Order: sequence, then C-alpha cells, then structure tokens
Amino acid sequence: MNTALPTKSDRPKTRFLPAGCVLLGLLTTAFTHAADFPTAQVNTTGLAVTDTEVTVGQLHSATGTMAISETGSIQAEQLAIEQINESGGVLGRKIKIIVEDGASDWPTFAEKAKKLLVNDKVAAVMGCWTSASRKAVLPVFEKENGMLYYPTFYEGLEQSKNVIYTGQEATQQILAGLDWIAKEKKAKTFYLIGSDYIWPRTSNKIARKHIENVLGGKVVGEEYYALGHTDFGSLINKIKLKKPDVIYAIIVGGSNVSFYKQLKAAGITSDKWTLLTISVTEDEVLGIGGENLAGFYSAMKYFQSLENPNNAKFVEAFKKKYGAKSVIGDVTQAAYLGPWLWKLTVEKAGSFDIDKIAAASSGVEFTGAPEGYVRIHDTNHHLWSKLRIGQWQTDGQAKVLYESGLIEPNPFPKGYQ
Amino acid sequence: MSSYSASELYSIFIMQSFAGFSLFSVLLLMALGLAIIFGQMGVVNLAHGEFMALGAYTVYLCSNVAHNQFPSLAGSYFVFAIVIAFFVAGLAGMFVEWALIRFLYKRPLDTLLATWGLSLIMQQAFRLTFGAREVTPTLPEWLMGSFKPSDSIDIPINGVFVMGLTLLLTFAVWVFMFRSKTGLQMRATVQNRAMSGAVGINTKLVDRFTFALGCGIAGVAGAAFTTIGSTGPDSGSRYIVDTFLVVVFGGTSSLLGTIASAFGIAQGQSISGFFLEGTMGKVAVLLAIIVILMIRPKGLFASKVRS
Repeated sequence: MNTALPTKSDRPKTRFLPAGCVLLGLLTTAFTHAADFPTAQVNTTGLAVTDTEVTVGQLHSATGTMAISETGSIQAEQLAIEQINESGGVLGRKIKIIVEDGASDWPTFAEKAKKLLVNDKVAAVMGCWTSASRKAVLPVFEKENGMLYYPTFYEGLEQSKNVIYTGQEATQQILAGLDWIAKEKKAKTFYLIGSDYIWPRTSNKIARKHIENVLGGKVVGEEYYALGHTDFGSLINKIKLKKPDVIYAIIVGGSNVSFYKQLKAAGITSDKWTLLTISVTEDEVLGIGGENLAGFYSAMKYFQSLENPNNAKFVEAFKKKYGAKSVIGDVTQAAYLGPWLWKLTVEKAGSFDIDKIAAASSGVEFTGAPEGYVRIHDTNHHLWSKLRIGQWQTDGQAKVLYESGLIEPNPFPKGYQ
Repeated sequence: MSSYSASELYSIFIMQSFAGFSLFSVLLLMALGLAIIFGQMGVVNLAHGEFMALGAYTVYLCSNVAHNQFPSLAGSYFVFAIVIAFFVAGLAGMFVEWALIRFLYKRPLDTLLATWGLSLIMQQAFRLTFGAREVTPTLPEWLMGSFKPSDSIDIPINGVFVMGLTLLLTFAVWVFMFRSKTGLQMRATVQNRAMSGAVGINTKLVDRFTFALGCGIAGVAGAAFTTIGSTGPDSGSRYIVDTFLVVVFGGTSSLLGTIASAFGIAQGQSISGFFLEGTMGKVAVLLAIIVILMIRPKGLFASKVRS
C-alpha cells in the first residue's frame, strides 16, 4: 500500500528524464494495476466503477450563506483527488468527481445526496459542513447504503456505519484545550459564549461539566446570540463586570467579525484578558483581521503554520493550485483527509463495496496527513487526532504553543451529557 | 451585584449607556435612507440592505486602492471612502429608479416584488464580483482603539465615530428636507403629486432625486458599518429586518418618529441584553414592539396628513 503523498518527483514529466526507465519501474510497483482487480470482483453492488474509472460525489454549499466556509473544503477535496489520480488512482482506477451544490439549504442537501447515491451510484461522497446538513443527509445515506466523509469538527453524539468523521468530535476539541488553559493561566472562572444552535450549545454543555467537575473552576456566565448578530456591546459590559479568567467563545459566521472588532474597541485585548475559542480558524481570521485577534488562542487539531514535511508539501500544493493568498483552516485540512482515507480503505478492503469499506475502515492509518499521523478508530468511525493550541498573530497565522498526544474519539462521552 | 464596588458599577453604567446610544445611532443610520424612500415615497424597497452592502463594498475597494496605490492615504482614506460610497450608492439608486421603480409608483405593492428581485440580483452580483467570503477593509488605526476617561471605562472610538456621523447626517437630512427648496418640492410631491406638477415642479425628477438620496444615505450607513462588522454578499438581508422594524415602528412618514423609534428599540435591546441572556433580550424587545403596534397600528408618530 502506497501511503506517501505524491512528491514533485512523482509527477509524470519526471518519467521522461534519462533515469525515467528506472523510475517507471519503481512507479509501476508502487501503483496498483486495475487488471489485478477485475471490476466484477471489486464492485458487486452496481456502483459507478468501470475498468478505468470510479465516480465519487462531492456535496457542499457552493452558494448561499455557508459558501464562505465550505469553499475551502471543496478545494481541499479536489486537490486530494487530483493528487490521488496523479499517483495512480484507486485500485488502478482514476477518480471522476460529480459535484453537487447543497446551496446552504438542508432539504436540498438530502435531495442531492439521494441523486448522487441512486442515479449516479457514486462509490463515496465527500461532503456536508454544518451539522444540520449532515443530519439531513444521514437517513439517505443509511437507507441507500452510501459512504459519507464528513470534514467538520462537530458536537458528537452521533455514529453511523455510513459516515467517516474526519473532523474532531466535541471532547477531542474541548477537554485538552481547557486543561491547557487552566494549567497555563491558572484559570478558575470562565465566561461561555456561543452562537445559538446545536454545536455551540452542546460544546458549552461539555465545557461546563469539565470546568465544574474536573477543573474545579466556575462558569460565571453563559450566553447565546442568534447567527448574524452584530451588536455585542451589552455582552462586553457584562464580561467586564464579571472579569472572568477566560472568555470561552464559540461564535460562528459573520458575527465573529463584529464580536472581535468590538472586543478590541472596548479594550478587551490579549495583554489583560485571555480568550480561547474553538470556532476560529485561518479562514475566519481572514475576515476578522489578525490585528483584532492578536494574542488570543484557538484550540484546533490543525493550523496552517504546523511544521512537518507533510504539511509543507500540502500547503505548497494548495497555494499552487488556489493562489498564494489562499489560507488553510482546520476543516479544510480535515476535508483533504477524506479522499485519502477512502482510497486507503478501498485498497485495504480490495473492494469498492460499501459494506466492505465500512468494515475495513476500522484502524486505517494515514501517515501522510498534514496534521500528522491519523488513524480511524477501531469501533466508532471517528479519527484519533491531536489537539493543538495556536496563538493568533497579526499576520493571520497561528503560533502553535501546545500539542497534545493522540486523543481517542469519544462521540458519546459519559458524564458530559 | 452586591460584591461590586460603587465605582465599578458607575463605570459599567457609563459604558452600558454608551452601548445603548451606539446601537441607537446604528439603527438610525440604517433607517434614515429607508424613512425617505418608504416613508416619503411609499416604495417598499426590499433592496435597501443591498445598497448598504454596496456602500460597504465601496469602502472595501477604496481601502484596497489606498493601501496598494497610495500608502500615504492609509490613515485618511476612510473619510473620502464614505463620500464616495454616498455617490456610488446614490448613482446606483438613480439608475434603479429610472430603469425599474418609476414604472411602479401606481402599483406600490408590486415594488415589493420588484425590489426583492433586485436584491437577489445585487446579492448575486456581489458574490460574482467579490466572492462568497466576507471581507473587511483595513481600517485606519485611529478608528480602532478606545478612549479611557478613567481606568475602568473604555469608550470605543468606532462607536463615537458612527454616532458623530449619524448626528451629522440626521441634521443634514433635516435641513435638506425642511429648509431647502428641493426638500420643499420633495415634500410637496409626496403630499399631492398632481398639484405639485401643476405649480411647476418636475415631479419625475424629484422622484428620481429622492430615491437616489435614500440610496446614497444607505451607502453611507453601509460604509459606517464596516467599522463594526464584516461585509458579505448577503449582509444586506441581515440589516433589512431591523431597518423596516425601525421605520414601521416609528410611523412611516415621520422623521421624528424614526428617530424616536430607533432610540426606543436600541435602549430596549441594550438594557434587556444586559439583564437577560442574549437571545431572550431580543425576544423581549420584539414582544414589546408587537404589543405597542397593536395599540398604535400606525406607529409611534402617525403623521396627520389626510390620506
């Protein structure tokens, strides 16, 4: 099994160099020949797999309010698929993509998922971003027996044979981050803030239990604001009155920009205050502006500034394809893992059949991940991953201050519900 | 709250009052343009938010130009950008009036549908031009900090800026409407179109000008909001509900009503936001507005013009 990412020397042009013959020999041993895996054997359920090609679907919002966030995921998945094709495809077959637009509308997601699975017979789908869209397509994937690779960090409390979760579930993102900040800043009091929907509310519920029961701290305030809310004046005054050791924020979308700008304008800056968020990645900082966030912390599994050879290659390839100004956030990286994990699983199973992939997924390892080594959990289809704390700099990049060990995914955490 | 010292409570009181006034000026700024278009002309302009977004995007473009071409202007471009935003949005409004609105004056309800379509077109145009991601102009440093009259009080400068701008604009609109000849013609046209035409007012030109003025003010509002939030293709639709709320609550054809309504809603939201949890604060204010509108269906200041 060839798990390495393609490097420059793998690209076709090198085959025509003088040493091309030798290299070609090497490459052919690394590549898998489609002829070794006859279509009739690897595809027993009538998926869109031919002798030369396999079709996968991509289902994100290219339009509507979520397009801001999902564009990065779309790009990363297409990059991964392009690289897989350059390095020989999956079981010797090139990947063809059918792109569908969920248009930030959950019923549309369900409809398009059905179209991809029933009409197009795709072998896998890379897609969804919000929990709402995932919940909308989940029954379709379970009924039609499809395979979804879902990239976003989310609230947990879900597990399906038909979904591989390549982002973090809540405990992987929250607990280690709180532990770090409590130890590092001697923090005892926390102010929890969130946008008003399922992910921030569930996450803060977990955070509160951890703060109160494990860290022996105190939650001095917990508040939620509608998506798109732009006036945080009263909230900021309450924060100033309560003087928490840590402001713990899970605000998403356009509200983010108003929130951080107003914090800065009201004098809540990192020299006197500590703020930890699990909803700000490089993508959001692009809109907020690094100068408005400088010195605050994010808890993520991936930052663009990570220093390792995999990430250096990934960042270079991404910028080459999408422009030097493009940035890569946590979810974008998680989306990039989807096609690779699927390829590795198919080759492990020696089959495209959904049931075989679902079973073979357990324990699949990917050493070429930009975030470092990842492995699919033996029983729950989530990833083992690390947690990192990044401190935002004025240039919009994060300085990584802390890295945990691999954390076991635990989508149904006992004692946190 | 007994554990807080008197000086702390005093500081919070000052800052909380400021938050209320700051929100008041934001709401008023949003509603001024619409008060002219909806209140004076009776055009239900659902694309009003998009004209704000147009103003905001103009500032974004100016910011890019200033930082790339004229770095010496980086500190002062914002003031010019607001003026440019006024004219860009105003000219766009003039064009829209000429191409669309003027055919619909006799069918006021159709303006609702037409301007809604226009708002969708403008949103998509923004998306194609600027991309789906939200953008923020690089603001001059002097706008971003806070005044510190004492150790525990921070007054955000951008809030003061928006407040000053709102005062200035409201005063200018008032002078224009009630002390200038063009303003007189505008009010005359609203009250009796046929009679105004008979005494020699070019009512078609007045219509175009009024609509353009409302859109221009929306552009200024959008420009000012770049100091508070980000701008995306659908930012306009976020503003539109609050905007109509202020205008309708105030009484559609009264400038004073718009001001009073913006003040009431802002203070209500700010105070309830402090004592209740965020979302519940908004619910409380909306409930209060519904009750008041049930008692006074024409808004706080119904105009005494015969209809």
